[in-house]
Amino acid sequence: MIAIEHISKSFADKVVLSDVSGVFEKGKPNLLIGASGTGKSVLLKCIVGLIHPDSGTASYDGREFFSADRDTVVAIRREIGMLFQGGALFDSKNVEQNVMFPLNVLTEMPYPEKIERVNFCLKRVGLENVNKKMPSEISGGMKKRVGIARAIVNTPNYLFCDEPNSGLDPQTSILIDELILDLTEDLDITTIVVTHDMNSVMGIGEKIMFLYKGLKRWDGNKNDITHSGVKELDDFVFANKVMKDLRKAEKL
Amino acid sequence: MITEFGRYFLFLGQLLVNRERFKTYYKLILDECVTVGIGSLFLVALVSTFMGAVTTVQTAFNMVSDFIPKYVISQVVREMIVLELAPTIIAIIYAGKVGSAMASGLGTMRITEQIDALEVMGINSISYLVLPKIIASLLMYPLLVIVAGVCGMLGGYLAGTLTGIITPDDYIYGLRSSYNPFTVTFALIKSFVFAFLVSSISSYKGYNTQGGALEVGISSTQAVTSSVIALLIADYLLAQLLLSK
Repeated sequence: MIAIEHISKSFADKVVLSDVSGVFEKGKPNLLIGASGTGKSVLLKCIVGLIHPDSGTASYDGREFFSADRDTVVAIRREIGMLFQGGALFDSKNVEQNVMFPLNVLTEMPYPEKIERVNFCLKRVGLENVNKKMPSEISGGMKKRVGIARAIVNTPNYLFCDEPNSGLDPQTSILIDELILDLTEDLDITTIVVTHDMNSVMGIGEKIMFLYKGLKRWDGNKNDITHSGVKELDDFVFANKVMKDLRKAEKL
Repeated sequence: MITEFGRYFLFLGQLLVNRERFKTYYKLILDECVTVGIGSLFLVALVSTFMGAVTTVQTAFNMVSDFIPKYVISQVVREMIVLELAPTIIAIIYAGKVGSAMASGLGTMRITEQIDALEVMGINSISYLVLPKIIASLLMYPLLVIVAGVCGMLGGYLAGTLTGIITPDDYIYGLRSSYNPFTVTFALIKSFVFAFLVSSISSYKGYNTQGGALEVGISSTQAVTSSVIALLIADYLLAQLLLSK
């Protein structure tokens, strides 16, 4: 479980996050949603420590993160797997080397075990026989899946996904969503997904936090999101034509 | 300016904290040695050979008195190459080739979130990415300077003897006469300082790239400019400290 309290962040005069608090539960995907520029990715990066917030706290299963010493931060980070928006695969390494990277650097695992683990993770994300391909030789969806394989190879306790569906076709998006849901449930980990894709929200949104202009405006689950009574959230949810049509049909 | 200096020294401070195991760095250092050393060998040899050749021709051109023995030409060539041309001019070329590649490589890693990926894994990205580059530069640049020195003198020999400016015996005699071994020590001291400056400044500029592809190019240019300014200042300070009587 990850708990954040009163996180605020400004860049120069621009307030990006203002007093955001919440709890992200274990074993179910926690979604951070909102329109572009509302501070979702900044909040995610604050939680993993890539951006230092101006104020606030974050704790990983009771372990305070922001004020922790370097050793504790490193220890917590080694329990984190993260999927970046663009995949963030290492250009100079092939798929196998990318997935094996955390094992090479962070563990003393012998090579046969490492390769077995890499192949297991690649199979888990639905990729086989691509071990020797370079990142430039695979599609965007495959990059995302390799990114997920790399994120889970060291059996993380916490999984962060920054817009896992951006730039993907609807079918691949659904595959990625299902994969994130399955991994979260199977590994019983705390997963936070940043997205503005309503398909993802309705597909895997067990627990949702809605950000609007740096403020937390609503939290709940996918069953409550269509009748939240929050105007900004309604505007966001029903901006999608399919959702609009669905609402019309329900009213009829 | 002062803030930038402070950030640079903080950056250097991060190189040695929370390092990974030595085994992790071993292959990275070897890979970097191949990139910065072997990869620069041809250019360094080419440039230094021509520098030596041009220095010989120009020194001969400026020796207007017949009373000055011909072997002085190769003495001048030796001193110029060992003291200045090999360590300093090659350092400027090294900054242009290796420094810009370091900055653009790290800059691209920064904007594509590869550095963030390392940090999230709990890896000290500065130490992991930059330390091997600096160590490889410290190992390889002095060797490149030695190669440049040898090629420079060889280039001078070829230009001098093939055009009849100086006889082979005079050239060899000039190289060996009044030789002060400290000049080589001085050149090697400079090469270590220059290697550190170019690799660390270029890495700093690349690592701190913000923005997109355009900013990677800007970082790369800044890396070369800042490195060249730093090494020219260091060149003067080292000369003042170690050569002034």
